[in-house]
Amino acid sequence: MGCSSSSTENKKSEKVVKAALVIQNWYRGYRARLKARQHYALTIFQSIEYADEQGQMQLSNFFTFMLENFTPSRKEDPALVSRLFETTFQDIKDRRDYVGLIDVPDSYEGPRLEFPLTFTDIGQLLEAFKQQQASGNRSFPGTKQILHAHYVLGVLFETRKLLKQMPNFTHVKTSPSKEITVCGDLHGKLDDLFLIFYKNGLPSGNNPYVFNGDFVDRGSNSIEVLMVLLMRSVLMPPVSINKDNATDLKKSKMGITLTAPGRVRSSDLSSEQLSKHEWEQIVDILWSDPRGRKGCYPNTSRGGGCYFGPDVTSKILNKYQLKMLIRSHECKHDGYEICHDGKVITIFSASNYYEEGSNRGAYIRLGCGMNPRFFQYRVTSSTCMSPLHHRVHAMENSAIRILKERIISRKTDLMHAFQLRDHSRSGMISMEEFRTMWKLFRTHYSVDIDDSQVDSLANTMDLNKDGSIDFNEFLKAFYVVHKYEKLSTSETKSPNYK
Amino acid sequence: MTEDKIKEELVLADFHKKIKEAFEVFDHESNNTVDVREIGTIIRSLGCCPSEGEIHDLLAEVEEEEPTGYIRYEKFLPVMTKVLQERRYRPIPEDVLLGAFEVLDSAKRGFLTKEELVKYMTEEGEPFSQEEMEEMLSAAIDPGSNSVNYKEYITMMVIDEN
Repeated sequence: MGCSSSSTENKKSEKVVKAALVIQNWYRGYRARLKARQHYALTIFQSIEYADEQGQMQLSNFFTFMLENFTPSRKEDPALVSRLFETTFQDIKDRRDYVGLIDVPDSYEGPRLEFPLTFTDIGQLLEAFKQQQASGNRSFPGTKQILHAHYVLGVLFETRKLLKQMPNFTHVKTSPSKEITVCGDLHGKLDDLFLIFYKNGLPSGNNPYVFNGDFVDRGSNSIEVLMVLLMRSVLMPPVSINKDNATDLKKSKMGITLTAPGRVRSSDLSSEQLSKHEWEQIVDILWSDPRGRKGCYPNTSRGGGCYFGPDVTSKILNKYQLKMLIRSHECKHDGYEICHDGKVITIFSASNYYEEGSNRGAYIRLGCGMNPRFFQYRVTSSTCMSPLHHRVHAMENSAIRILKERIISRKTDLMHAFQLRDHSRSGMISMEEFRTMWKLFRTHYSVDIDDSQVDSLANTMDLNKDGSIDFNEFLKAFYVVHKYEKLSTSETKSPNYK
Repeated sequence: MTEDKIKEELVLADFHKKIKEAFEVFDHESNNTVDVREIGTIIRSLGCCPSEGEIHDLLAEVEEEEPTGYIRYEKFLPVMTKVLQERRYRPIPEDVLLGAFEVLDSAKRGFLTKEELVKYMTEEGEPFSQEEMEEMLSAAIDPGSNSVNYKEYITMMVIDEN
């Protein structure tokens, strides 16, 4: 009896094990395929984000080039162009001149700040923003408490005053007992900022913070985030705001930390004027990403900066006697990522950056002589996370929608480009205007065509032969240019053609 | 070339394309390598359903002699191509899956309680990690009854996959 019942027991448990295996096997397959789909969606988001950055870089490069090379010769030069050359920064303008232009009406119910700022003002501001968030930004006339432009300007001016006094490099000291909190990209996500303050406490003398760049853009509360951070930094200068995407932290035995922009090209930032060289350095600082491969090679995703490997990191850290590099700028699934043998940390503080459920946010607490501690979080409106397949669906839908929008927006981009070139705002580009712009174009992009070809191109574009080019003709021209460029490169690539 | 040969070549080319695309998604550095921990996901995203043990064996074939933590595409491609050609690790048919649940549901109630599911999934076979268990529960468990009606669950998952 005992024997047979134990063998049925064995058989039974064998069946159970087999059944469990089937279910586990199936589930892991299903889960992996969901994760892969999540990856695809994330890749779309990231590619679009970097394509935007590339577009910005190209546009900015083009404008810089234009400004350097465009020789204003005609008397009828439009006001726009001559304004572009005015580089006089009117430092001497007093705050009162601007702020005085905007009055705060009596009906304004939002926070009223007093300058110079005090902690009460910040308290007011935080309260007002929290209420705004709580009400879901619904516009109840009269109860919506946004900060009046008058005060926004005031805060900006106070900050500017402070920033002018501060050097590019800021030393943030910790005493042996204190810790510093480092946050990464916020991208205008006020909820994340509030969550950090809730979990980690408000910034104060005993609780210093470093905010590492990208506080605005893409999220919906960019101005609020900016206001909170700027006000904090005005009140307590040790709260340092690094506009750069990278920060170096050094921990010596005495517990002193050094904050400085990370560099991947060794040169000095010295003079006041922003030369092309310095602009390149800033681009390098802001746009470079760490990768596994050794050396420095162009960052093709972003169109600017480079990818730098663990050998470059070691070299730079050793040269400046720094222990590690903390930087941001790349969205990481867990809110942070350690690479290059523990020497480079990427910290990203905007959770759900691409879409609900795309990633966590994180911040770091650094103490003297201790390893950095990471704290992760995710802002969510529900009490528990929705199932994986819901989140993946949401991400996919979002990604595809954004992709569609981008494709449609191409038409708008071209329209804007047209309007920019149409100096006389007549809705037409004159042949003269076209020729001038084209000459610039060809030098910048090294498209090798001569004057007569430009003329014939212009004439070709002018379909109705009225001596000027309207928008539709312009659109077609873009297509032609692109084709021409392709033609010339393919010709140079086939030397054996003859 | 015979027609069969041509077909074979086309199928092979199709496999190579699929494998390359699946690999590229996880190749974050664009240098034809992926993190070794993603291999399971890549293989499964190609429609295969290997067990954890089988993945372990596959890994042995694609890893370097001195494991670097990365798998190179050159090593992965031939191994994965064979897997696809031999139609190994076919996905579990729906009825087999249903049968498995029914084995666990010895009382034939049509559902499993949360506790039972957790017990089986984390103690038997190739146990789930905590993350895997939580994720399964979030989709499978009906919060009202705190149990999973496995027939409905399977149907839902199958629809979602397609």
